[in-house]
Amino acid sequence: MSKSIKYYYDFLSQPSRALWIGMKLSKTPFEDCPVALRKQEQLTDEYKTINRFQKVPAIVDGNFQLGESVSIVRYLSDKGLFSEQLYPKSVEGRARVDEFLEWQHLNVRLVCSLLFRSAWLLPAKGLAPPPKPEVVQKLIKDVEANLGLVERIWLEKDFLIGDKLTVADIFGASEINQMKLCQYNVSEKKFPKVAKWLERVRDATNPYHDEAHAFVYKASKQKASAKI
Amino acid sequence: MAVSILASLLGLTNGSEDQMQLAFEEVTRRRTPVRQATHLKMSAPIRYYYDLMSQPSRALLIIFRLSNMPFEDCVVALRNGEHLTDDYKREINRFQRVPCIHDNGYKLAESVAILRYLSAKGKIPEHLYPKYFVDQSRIDEFLEWQHMTLRLTCAMYFRTVWLEPLLTGKTPTEAKIEVMRMHMERNLDVVEEVWLEGKDFLTGNSLTVADIFAACEIEQTRMADYDVRIKYPKIRAWLKRVRQSCNPHYDVAHEFVYKISGTGPQAKL
Repeated sequence: MSKSIKYYYDFLSQPSRALWIGMKLSKTPFEDCPVALRKQEQLTDEYKTINRFQKVPAIVDGNFQLGESVSIVRYLSDKGLFSEQLYPKSVEGRARVDEFLEWQHLNVRLVCSLLFRSAWLLPAKGLAPPPKPEVVQKLIKDVEANLGLVERIWLEKDFLIGDKLTVADIFGASEINQMKLCQYNVSEKKFPKVAKWLERVRDATNPYHDEAHAFVYKASKQKASAKI
Repeated sequence: MAVSILASLLGLTNGSEDQMQLAFEEVTRRRTPVRQATHLKMSAPIRYYYDLMSQPSRALLIIFRLSNMPFEDCVVALRNGEHLTDDYKREINRFQRVPCIHDNGYKLAESVAILRYLSAKGKIPEHLYPKYFVDQSRIDEFLEWQHMTLRLTCAMYFRTVWLEPLLTGKTPTEAKIEVMRMHMERNLDVVEEVWLEGKDFLTGNSLTVADIFAACEIEQTRMADYDVRIKYPKIRAWLKRVRQSCNPHYDVAHEFVYKISGTGPQAKL
């Protein structure tokens, strides 16, 4: 029996959560290797031998090491270890999911992580004072410009790529959920489709969704269903 | 950081400034048509929508030409806001950006997604983007890594130093340029020290699409008068190799960049 894949991750990382949920739903066999970002375990020399970029998530499959969540999904899929419903094998179907996965980096992911960093991470670690209200307002404006694109362009159907859940939804939702930590909740009034879709993704991916987001919910001191 | 502006990074809505317009016109006049439509097959060639001012547009153009892939040239003049029209949004690309393709009615945006789609359709040679998934994942790792690191920070530097002053008439403060430069160099350090460690190209000893995408991002900073070659000897040597491996297509794609920056490879200093 071949050794299972080692998965290095932390639930504070959005792509770590997304990939973990995707693997759980796919029944991918993997060995849990948590890396505590809060203790800066990713910056040790030991971890550098696992992932030379010193980031999570990463996998080690025998002698093969790979970073970057999206490339890991593709690797696992081609190895037959990832659900075809979540990441299609047909050329056209896959390209539709890829289109979102590539789009999100400099859109949803960038703006949500900038708000998270500025309003939660840096102040929480004592690296920066809490941001001024006008800075937060500006960051929220950028976030909402992107939520607007998700609402108007991506969510023509129940999920981002059609009527069924794919990894695109899991990655997208994980980025947006991160902002709960800085008390940003998607407004049902402003973004009714996005708000409903987030619930749909949660339902479709539970119990793994709540398990992966336990820290996010706890640290933001609100229940999964809390709404502002 | 002006993030909302980043979303419209390629949206030169009122970039009709003399410098840019003149450079563009000269390049357009000199450029020979690249229409390579084959009429041997019944299906129409892929329609490629792009502008040479866009880094990923240049990368795909070089890749298509190196791949001898037939395509129909559909230039979208960002400086005239051609990507911002309702027609473009409805008919061409709902995100109103370049690059994108139409393949017999199938519309696709996002350069990396386009590359993978065409590779899966057998249009991209294996040496540029391998088909074996283990080898492919090495290239994918770079293509995914670059977005929030190299691409973001080079683009922000370009935007701050070159594009914004052109659009607003305001000069950025030294402090702001310094912050942008710091962010960018932190990532150039990673290219120099990690990606290019012990090998001629980013993912091994031969050219792949990873090198082409990366080089096009770095070349963009030329227009903001940044010379990557000064601090980074490995990047300097690697850029030469990439250009050599891709020419004549590399120079065709970068003609506009060379022209605007006045720092083409043949530029007299």
